[in-house]
Amino acid sequence: EEASLSAEPRYRHWKVKANDRAYHHLPEFQRKVFLCIKKSKYSGNAIKTYKYNVLTFLPLNLFEQFKRAANLYFLGLLILQVIPQISTLPWYTTLVPLVLVLSITAMKDLVDDLARHRMDKEINNRKCEVLLDGRFQESKWRHIQVGDVVRLKKNDFIPADILLLSSSNPNSLCYVETAELDGAGTALIECEEPNNRLDKFTGTMLWRRERYPLDLDNMLLRGCKIRNTDFCHGLVIFAGADTKIMRNGGKTRFKRTKIDELMNYMVYTIFVLLILVAAGLAIGHTFWYEEIGSKAWYLYDGKDEDASYRGFLSFWGYIIVLNTMVPISLYVSVEVIRLGQSKFINWDLQMYFPEKDTPAKARTTTLNEQLGQIEYIFSDKTGTLTQNIMAFKKCTISGQTYGTSPSGYTEIITSPVDFSWNRYADRKFQFMDHSLVALIRSRKDKDALEFFKLLSLCHTVMVEQKEDDLVYQAASPDEGALVTAARNFGYVFLSRTQDTITIREMDQETTYEMLALLDFNSDRKRMSIILRAPDGRIRLYCKGADTVIYERLSPNSRHKQSTQDALDRFANETLRTLCLCYRDVSRDEYDAWARKHKDASVTMTDREAALDRVYEQIENNLMLLGATAIEDKLQDGVPETIAKLAKADIKIWVLTGDKKETAENIGFSCELLTDDMQIHYGEDINEKLTVRQANRRNEPLSSGRNRKKAPEPFFPQPGKNALIITGGWLVSFAQGPRRPRCGEMLQVGHVLFFPVQIDFVDMACECEAVICCRVTPKQKANVVSLVKKYKKAVTLSIGDGANDVNMIKTADIGVGISGQEGMQAVMSSDYAFAQFRYLQRLLLVHGRWSYIRMCKFLRYFFYKNFAFTLVHFWYSFFSGYSSQVAYEDWFITIYNVLYSSLPVLLVGLLDQDVNDKLSLKFPKLYLPGQQGLLFNYKNFFISLFHGIFTSLIIFFIPYGAFLQTMGQDGEAPSDYQSFAVVTASSLVITVNLQISLDTSYWTFVNCFAVLGSIAIYFGIMFDIHSAGIHVIFPSIFTFTGAASNALRQPYLWLTIILTVGISLLPVICIQFLHKTIWPSVGDKFDQKKKYEMEEEEKKKPPAFQRGQRSRRSAYAFSHSRGYADLISSGRSIRRRLSVLLRSVAQITSTQTL
Amino acid sequence: MKEQQETANRPDNTAFTQQRLPAWQPMLSAGIVIPGFVIIGLAFIGIGIALFVTSQNIQVLERDYTGVENNSPCFKCSDPSTKNCVCKLDFSLDKLFEGPVFFYYGLSNYFQNYRKYGVSRDDRQLSGRLDNFQSPDEGCVPYQYDANNKPIVPCGSVANSLFNDTFKLYQIVNGARKLVPFDGKGIAWWTDHNVKYRNPSITPLKNAFNGTVKPTFWSKPAYELDPSDPANNGFVNQDFLVWMRRAALPDFRKLYRRITEGDYKNGLPAGNYSLEIAYNYPVLDFDGRKKVVFSNVSWMGGKNQFLGIAYLVIGSLCVVMSIVMLIVYAKFKFPDEE
Repeated sequence: EEASLSAEPRYRHWKVKANDRAYHHLPEFQRKVFLCIKKSKYSGNAIKTYKYNVLTFLPLNLFEQFKRAANLYFLGLLILQVIPQISTLPWYTTLVPLVLVLSITAMKDLVDDLARHRMDKEINNRKCEVLLDGRFQESKWRHIQVGDVVRLKKNDFIPADILLLSSSNPNSLCYVETAELDGAGTALIECEEPNNRLDKFTGTMLWRRERYPLDLDNMLLRGCKIRNTDFCHGLVIFAGADTKIMRNGGKTRFKRTKIDELMNYMVYTIFVLLILVAAGLAIGHTFWYEEIGSKAWYLYDGKDEDASYRGFLSFWGYIIVLNTMVPISLYVSVEVIRLGQSKFINWDLQMYFPEKDTPAKARTTTLNEQLGQIEYIFSDKTGTLTQNIMAFKKCTISGQTYGTSPSGYTEIITSPVDFSWNRYADRKFQFMDHSLVALIRSRKDKDALEFFKLLSLCHTVMVEQKEDDLVYQAASPDEGALVTAARNFGYVFLSRTQDTITIREMDQETTYEMLALLDFNSDRKRMSIILRAPDGRIRLYCKGADTVIYERLSPNSRHKQSTQDALDRFANETLRTLCLCYRDVSRDEYDAWARKHKDASVTMTDREAALDRVYEQIENNLMLLGATAIEDKLQDGVPETIAKLAKADIKIWVLTGDKKETAENIGFSCELLTDDMQIHYGEDINEKLTVRQANRRNEPLSSGRNRKKAPEPFFPQPGKNALIITGGWLVSFAQGPRRPRCGEMLQVGHVLFFPVQIDFVDMACECEAVICCRVTPKQKANVVSLVKKYKKAVTLSIGDGANDVNMIKTADIGVGISGQEGMQAVMSSDYAFAQFRYLQRLLLVHGRWSYIRMCKFLRYFFYKNFAFTLVHFWYSFFSGYSSQVAYEDWFITIYNVLYSSLPVLLVGLLDQDVNDKLSLKFPKLYLPGQQGLLFNYKNFFISLFHGIFTSLIIFFIPYGAFLQTMGQDGEAPSDYQSFAVVTASSLVITVNLQISLDTSYWTFVNCFAVLGSIAIYFGIMFDIHSAGIHVIFPSIFTFTGAASNALRQPYLWLTIILTVGISLLPVICIQFLHKTIWPSVGDKFDQKKKYEMEEEEKKKPPAFQRGQRSRRSAYAFSHSRGYADLISSGRSIRRRLSVLLRSVAQITSTQTL
Repeated sequence: MKEQQETANRPDNTAFTQQRLPAWQPMLSAGIVIPGFVIIGLAFIGIGIALFVTSQNIQVLERDYTGVENNSPCFKCSDPSTKNCVCKLDFSLDKLFEGPVFFYYGLSNYFQNYRKYGVSRDDRQLSGRLDNFQSPDEGCVPYQYDANNKPIVPCGSVANSLFNDTFKLYQIVNGARKLVPFDGKGIAWWTDHNVKYRNPSITPLKNAFNGTVKPTFWSKPAYELDPSDPANNGFVNQDFLVWMRRAALPDFRKLYRRITEGDYKNGLPAGNYSLEIAYNYPVLDFDGRKKVVFSNVSWMGGKNQFLGIAYLVIGSLCVVMSIVMLIVYAKFKFPDEE
């Protein structure tokens, strides 16, 4: 306490005085806001999350939108179009789509902002009780100020970041009694300035001249809800905009998907192409004008401009004409599609967790298709893979194993043991083996009694009496499980003082004098307690990992082998084991040891080690009692999910703060590790890395640079590999003293060290599974960024707690498990759902669909704009490169908006190549996404060539047909307007039929959209070409009668049919041949049944291959450092704040502000 | 042990939200594609044959009269300095040219689709708005106002460059010239004649043009284009309308007259003919060509073999590809079977 507090005075910046509003308006806390207006630096509790009000909406929103390059580009075009010298298209051809695009985005923003307005209003007007004038008065949230003392009831939302002062919870212990709350102004909090770190808070409280350290456990953060507690009091530390949640909102790092990047580059490519094409045509115009144009008297325009200047103007003219190569509505359509896909995720009933009423939530709406490209998953263990619930499953006492029914009778004994004879029994406890209870109740087996006595005595659990019930507070859930098991079997831990422990042994209460508590630590891997029984005998009870216990057993100890066998079995069943043993200590021996112990405990230097040595001296000659087996309960469906994801070639890395053994154990139980895997440990691979390093150093420098040579694998022997490393090892290799930090790796001179990381990542990626244990939150993030950096792979992190925040934010996609305690993970995640198993649906179904849809959408979008725009290009060769467009201006205006957008948008929203069941059933279908096969530069250029091909057909077939023709009635239909009608009609029909070909999931909506688009085209065309509209606007609608005259001719219809046919038939043919010759994974679904049978065959029976000793060396033992310090220090239990406050208000993330 | 289970956040279970909309999932399976190609191929071949045969049966007579070659009857007229030059183009038909016969003039290397040329017109003026008679649209420059700053009506390049060669066809019957009557009615689109182009409703029409001048290239004002028929003047003059409808491509034909009357109702009988051309329109500067075309039409319009051949080629390719696909399919789907 003393040491930690002396370092405090650096948090001087943020001072909060309880219940003293005036204090926070003192001049020293004022800061200049604007000119001379000063304001308190403490925000009020009213929040403002909305961006716009009535006046600012239009200018601000437009400003925001024009910050985007695409919109700016089209604005530039619009400006070009009003310059008369170069205007080749009327202004409305760009303005109409631009306005539409802007207004769709503005509409979306408006809806969002209105929701925020409503939300703000609702939140600011929430009621809360505040201590004012000596009593609690109801007040609105927005009136709460820093320093106020608030009272919160069960299920209340927490209005600000508050320091918990007291609560009604009986196990809670608090700083301040309720009665003392009014002792105004005496508590002064000093802490760090407001920040956005949800996982960190440090400060001190000065209360009655004593300083108390404060950390995050003392805080209740805004946005959470009070649960399990009737009421509590708190002191507002940060209000409104200063709260952690508000600091977190909005400024989240903008994540982009691979496709985003690709798409941008493609747009740039198109832009470059546009400039090249325009330049080429401009040159063409220069020559043409020189040769023909200048001599054609009828083209005389009265301007004395030379050919090259005309060419220059023509360049800009073509930039305008061909601007539609860059699809204007691309970005807005992509946004709409992603929004829709996010909604589908939110709506998915199969990712809804009914028990907690938690649906999945896509918190970021811009990453969906990335979900279909995941290569690496980094998962937290506790709370994500496991439920963090420990169940006492089995035990072995005197060589006899309990908890397993005799083999063959599994089905018969399924009812749990009835513990109603024991009034202290915890009803949630379940045990399947009736014989053990019978054994204990008969009190015949001394060892069994001793076994449970040990469990009830040898621990550091704290107990609280709550009404009739005992509530245990354990440092680790394992310990809680063991004490609870003892309690149910009749050995009830009742209470403890600094030096006594009272238990109830079946019917009688006994108090033991606690002579010494030899606490657990990771080196000792055991804990012991030395007790003096009421009859004066001194006995040491010890529990710990089998490896350490077996070394210290007395030669006289019995049942060693049978217990060993049981341990093997437990380990194979992925249970976590502890060995229990005891030793009788004579008074003299104890006295002698106690002296040494006392000496050691006052040693000034290296006290820990000294104590350990002393402990060692008494913990020997132990008598084995038996072993316990605890199940670390997995979340539902974890092994299945992991198996599915593994089949989809997604590599799963588990990053956990747990011990190596525990982590490995969980690895096995969730089938991440299997028996056929070769497991490598950090220490083993050091050697491999060193060898690789040495080889690299010996290589000549030139070949070292040449990265084309694929490095030989680290694990040349066939078979699966798994890697288990610890955080410490990671640090030693990545940030060791000889090695520069990550950021400096690339500098010349450090080249030698730079490849270490690559080598590590290469090696780790060769493994099927990687488990990193004992990693800190920061290391978790480092591991993620290593893989991101060197593998250029798409990564996903999933976690539930504050310690996962770093890695969630680092990964390309962060997933938070919602509905758990704490909201930090969810708040910083991109997707949140309640169960790990939903991950397979998120990736294999939603991710896959989203990816396929987005790829289809983009491919088609580029195609349709190329097919559309390049017709102008071909036409240029026959119109003197005069920027004459091949279609009517109005068609150009509306094409992207109405004639071709809806069907592809629907494909982007609804398309499914296979349904969700098959997607899940055949995880291999996920592979194309991972490899980015469906959208890359190759596909892009294929789309472009497809577009170019279509535009060629759409121009040259009508060209051929128009060359020498005349109409049915002798009138020449070969006029420009008829030509424009024919090309436009061919184009609209072709692109709409093309999307029909690309649609693999035909709903009535798609059908409606395709037919509707074509119908709308003809409808609008006939309207625009009608007499009425020409009479009103004679110079705007000049195509009067063109549609009706042209489409009267069967000849032109035949031309359209031929054009459409030639555009589509080769595509069908090529698709069919491609599919037949090089079938993709998805195409193989023709032989679904065959496939299914194969799958079935491959599925191995999940039988345990018992007797395998591969895991022998790595028993998971369940224990962690307990409260021994607290217990032995004799500090009042009232002071154990930082530990126990955790349980006061179970914070559950409930909403995102 | 749990609180009352709430389901407030439970998503709706509808076909749409759960992405289970009833749908048809068509596959490009061999059973559809290969027969489809055969059917489409056969259909295309059928259409192609019909088009080709029809096209073959259409009679076309085309004569270039630019007068580039020395032996050309119009050679003397091709000199720009000659004014009011008339040349005669003689030709003979050895069998009946079936009627109704359409007579076209054609221009080559003539860019009516040039963008600036195309927009050099005032559609308001052409729809008879008098305001635009006095102040034509900017787009008409340099044919907006004349040198005396008088507005040009009809303004703009398109109108200015009106084709002004005229033709008379004589049949030589026993050495005597017999005029073949031309029908110039309804050679323009109905919509152009009745909707798009309107004369101002002022009678006489001449008054509407007060204060305006004729286009510089024109020899007579718009209201005197057809002295024989007062209704065929101004902007609704059929020749004017035909010219104003811009051609899509630089080689084009425009309908000049029909031959539907009198002795020539059923076509042009075999015999010798002489076409008298008033050669006015200069094209040699820009290497253009002028020609006349006699043609009859079918249900599919004039003679054009392109479409028929294209249909035949594509149709045959479809059939060929269907066979290729069948072979490939058989090879890859049943590799073990021979």
